[in-house]
Amino acid sequence: MSVERRKFLKLAGLTAIGVAGGLSAKALAQEAGLVDTAAATVGDTAETPSSPLRAKRWAMVIDVKKCREAGNCTECQKACHLVHNVPEFDNPKDEVKWIWREPFGNAFHDQEHEHLPEDVKHTMTPVLCNHCDNPPCVRVCPTQATWKREQDGIVMMDWHRCIGCRYCVAACPYGSRSFNWRDPRPHIKKIQADFPTRTRGVVEKCTFCEERLVRGQLPACVTACKAGAMKIGDLEDPDSEVRKLLAERFSVRRKPALGTQPEVYYVL
Amino acid sequence: MLEHALRGDKRYWSWVIALMAVMGAGVLFYLRQYNVGLGITGLGRDITWGFYIAQFTFMVGVAASAVMVVLPYYLHNYKAFGKITILGEFVAIGSVIVCMTFIFVDMGQPFRIVNVFLYPTPHSMMFWDTVALGGYLVLNIIISHVTLGAERKSIAPPTWIKPIIILSIPWAISIHTVTAFLYAGLAARPFWMTAILAPRFLASAFSAGPALLILVCFILRRFTKFDAGREPIQKVAQIVTYAMAVNLFFVGMEFFTVLYSNIPEHMSHFQYLFLGLEGADNLVPWMWVSVILGIVSLGMLTVPETRQNDQTLILACVMLFVSLWIDKGLGLIIAGFIPNPLHHVVDYVPTIPELGISFAIYAMGLLIITGLYKIALSVRKQLG
Ligand code: SF4
Ligand code: SF4
Repeated sequence: MSVERRKFLKLAGLTAIGVAGGLSAKALAQEAGLVDTAAATVGDTAETPSSPLRAKRWAMVIDVKKCREAGNCTECQKACHLVHNVPEFDNPKDEVKWIWREPFGNAFHDQEHEHLPEDVKHTMTPVLCNHCDNPPCVRVCPTQATWKREQDGIVMMDWHRCIGCRYCVAACPYGSRSFNWRDPRPHIKKIQADFPTRTRGVVEKCTFCEERLVRGQLPACVTACKAGAMKIGDLEDPDSEVRKLLAERFSVRRKPALGTQPEVYYVL
Repeated sequence: MLEHALRGDKRYWSWVIALMAVMGAGVLFYLRQYNVGLGITGLGRDITWGFYIAQFTFMVGVAASAVMVVLPYYLHNYKAFGKITILGEFVAIGSVIVCMTFIFVDMGQPFRIVNVFLYPTPHSMMFWDTVALGGYLVLNIIISHVTLGAERKSIAPPTWIKPIIILSIPWAISIHTVTAFLYAGLAARPFWMTAILAPRFLASAFSAGPALLILVCFILRRFTKFDAGREPIQKVAQIVTYAMAVNLFFVGMEFFTVLYSNIPEHMSHFQYLFLGLEGADNLVPWMWVSVILGIVSLGMLTVPETRQNDQTLILACVMLFVSLWIDKGLGLIIAGFIPNPLHHVVDYVPTIPELGISFAIYAMGLLIITGLYKIALSVRKQLG
């Protein structure tokens, strides 16, 4: 990974702040009637872009109990897929997913047993890319189109470099990556102007909303979750919300035995 | 030398035209895939590699198997293989090109494939596989060109080619080893995560490839004036026998480890292949056919009477080849994805366009091998 490209991406990020903040761009897009801006739809219009949110190591804690109590809703998925122009296909074969829900037994296959409390069994668990510390997807990619950011540990994707070999899909033990089997654009309900759409033939996945963090906003799923079940924060900061939750409650990670060091934690 | 490929009788040209027709149909299917995307294949979110990658994997083995005639001839000076060594090398050239084409058609963004060279990534096995395959192709082209050129002039090949030939031997082993590493290093796919995958690949390659070579020799004897002779064919048949015995032994090891340890994550893939899993059972009959053909062909090859009889030898080679093709070209890759990492079971069937493109790639490989054989045999005919 060249330093140059990182610098460039940072620069691109900064430009994005400018664009997102610039009223003209928003107004133009809205006027065109084609799009509405991402921020408005996840209910944080009031949140004016402020200084970037930073962390040495971003991590997420999902309180599955709260998901259950909120009736296993799908707000996180809706918000994420909307702001990131994730296409919707009506057949599961071509599906693209960044965050979605799985029955507990599918998300935690190795930790399921028949005498689990009924409500745990029926919990729909939100799953997404775990932004592993030791990501096999990065290890296998032949073009470095997917890489782990040094500054905050986010596992990133470069859709312009990806050759679509799907080696990373084979290597991810969590099924977190999606491939664009067909042109996604006609299947996007409402295109958001401030986030790129993808082309067919490339892989994509959750990026912890790095484009929002840099604008000082929380990830779309975190903002959208009315139950407050999803928290993101700095794992290296002992006072962060995620660290406190991990210190107080019992937590699990998906497939810990594989040594990928997932940075999405679940409290039950 | 190329002009030899452009002269031939009616039978030669009908064969060439038939292959070209299949290739033409494949190009049409590919254009469609290129415009619509890989969505027109049977692949999807859960099964992301299928028929193309499986054919690639199988053909890497066929390419690597050339070493089974190159090694005895050059290293042990086993003269009887003199006539067929070049045939083995040509099969290798054709197979490697087939492999590369299968990879190419499997890419979501085929023309970005140069990125593999623009951003060389030593921690990716795919990078090393590209290097290994590309290198092997170059080695075989150089070797066959130089040795055949020398033969045409009735002189001994230059001495500088010897080290290159020696290098091609471990290189052949490496292409199939690295291809196995593509899969064997993935913790996400327990079906492939076995240290014996590379040895298994080699054993199956060293039986399937030489079995194909035997069949090719019989085809050439029937349709051309070329006769490989009895001794080399029988020798290759022995090689096939031993390699197949080792291969079946290795497969047995896999079964033992998985079934005795009883780890569900590992067992489920075998269950899918041989019994069916949650209603997904497309491959079950195929796999059983593969097992039966494999065992029966090994039996026929082991018994001297059936191995030494041309008719039964041909039958055994066909059965063995089909058995190993099913095992690698159908079962191995797909079963790695079923069930998926979230334990959902989704079955896979290749689509017509997918098969059309695959047949076309095989036709291209046959065309290349036909052309190369034509050249080699014409050169030899001229020499009398
Ligand atoms: S969850 Fe999968 S895609 Fe995400 S970092 Fe880990 S291995 Fe990569
Ligand atoms: S599909 Fe793209 S991101 Fe994934 S391994 Fe291949 S090139 Fe890398």
